Amino acid sequence: MKPSPEIYDALEVVARDLYIKALQDIPPDVRAGLSRGLEAEKQQGNQTASGIMLTILDNIRVADEQKTLVCQDTGLPVFKVAVGGKLDMDLWRLKDSLRKGCARATAERPLRPNTVHPLTRKHTGTNTGEGIPVVKLDFVPDSDRIELQMAPKGSGSENMSFLKMLNPSEGIQGIKRFVVQCIFESGARPCPPMIVGIGLGGTSDIAMGLAKEASTFRHLGTHNPDPDVAKLEDELLDLINQTGIGPQGLGGVTTAMAVNIEWAHTHISQNPVAVNIQCWRGERAEAELDAYGNVSWK
Amino acid sequence: MAQHVLVPPLKEEDVRKLQLEDTVRIDGTIFGIRDATQIRIFDDKIEPPADLTGAICLHTAPGVKKLPDGRYQKISIGTTTSTRMDRFVPGLLERYQVRAIVGKAGLTETSVEAMRRWGGVYLAIVGGAAALETMQIEEIEEVWWDDLMPECLWKFRVKDFGPLVVAIDAHGHSLYRNVQERAAERTKRFSFT
Ligand code: SF4
Repeated sequence: MKPSPEIYDALEVVARDLYIKALQDIPPDVRAGLSRGLEAEKQQGNQTASGIMLTILDNIRVADEQKTLVCQDTGLPVFKVAVGGKLDMDLWRLKDSLRKGCARATAERPLRPNTVHPLTRKHTGTNTGEGIPVVKLDFVPDSDRIELQMAPKGSGSENMSFLKMLNPSEGIQGIKRFVVQCIFESGARPCPPMIVGIGLGGTSDIAMGLAKEASTFRHLGTHNPDPDVAKLEDELLDLINQTGIGPQGLGGVTTAMAVNIEWAHTHISQNPVAVNIQCWRGERAEAELDAYGNVSWK
Repeated sequence: MAQHVLVPPLKEEDVRKLQLEDTVRIDGTIFGIRDATQIRIFDDKIEPPADLTGAICLHTAPGVKKLPDGRYQKISIGTTTSTRMDRFVPGLLERYQVRAIVGKAGLTETSVEAMRRWGGVYLAIVGGAAALETMQIEEIEEVWWDDLMPECLWKFRVKDFGPLVVAIDAHGHSLYRNVQERAAERTKRFSFT
């Protein structure tokens, strides 16, 4: 079916509002994860780590009350869009609407502009530009709706991105060793307690994309449906928290709130492992549109 | 783990008495600096237009709005990663008698040594907690070098600014180093089966 022509304007407004909401309103699953972190540190009697977790929760409360940004980094906008397969849409216009929405959020809220040319470092001033916003398109069978997820990915955690093409013979052991090494190297910089996203398999670019998907769009408290992968998530979370890096890298049992793994099949002679970190703020906002442009917020 | 309120300008003994993991809050004025500010001071060798003796410096590039009367209004003020600005720390302490740096993610051994030698501390703020930080900064009192916007030299008036954790003291101790050494020790024992 053809969606109503208003849908592109609706998408622009939703994109703007998602960007602002993600920066102001921490998702419920992340809040719950942070509260669990506080409890864990209290149980250990770690005053420094408990104090940090309390301050984080306090900061979220202040942002709620005053409708201010949780963190100063307005990030690079990343969208994950699942388009219903029954919708006969102009996908170029869909992407254009998202771009316009980001520029509007930046001008109207206003938001700090971060987007620069990689060589000249010249600002676009709009938080949009070549390849920005990042739009990951996916399609859902038998649906006539558009599901949107948006994350303004902050740089402290995004700078902690890693890829290694391991040998297949290194197996699960090699994967674990590499991931723990990445967390050790990241230390305090991605603002722990973090969410660790891991992409396994695919080609190199697919692995990185899956890692981002895992760190940024997967909800806390969920597991990968594949039982072997889910087991690896639990084992890695346990190892990472045994390092004792802790909240803000100042020591504690809550280095990570979650390890999320997404995977794809790969080549017989490849074993790609990608790691992408999300910081404690776990910024993310979600909404859904029907074919007439009606919005429901999640 | 004692709790302290610091009111700058600080004297050497004010920071020498602080111990790792003590909690600090600040009342009074602090200075905001970032990469470009310090490049101007140390690489371009231009003297800072404000007296930094006994100062507390925050690693930041604030989000602000310029008002018609030329003053600046705060929008979102947070803290940036200190590690990048490590090389300026010895100079700040030795030449200008800065007594404390507030930042996130810590400093290297070069700075730890400078803090031991000249009497300075590193106070860790909770990175990303800008809502709180913005609220605790009561006013932007002065701005110098606004051609570097937002990496100018800022003077903020703060109230109850914190909580901050003493993460590097003035006696050669670093909480980051302790945590890292312990993590290295522990990961060595992981069997990865
Ligand atoms: S790492 Fe995340 S929480 Fe920390 S300052 Fe950057 S965006 Fe904010």
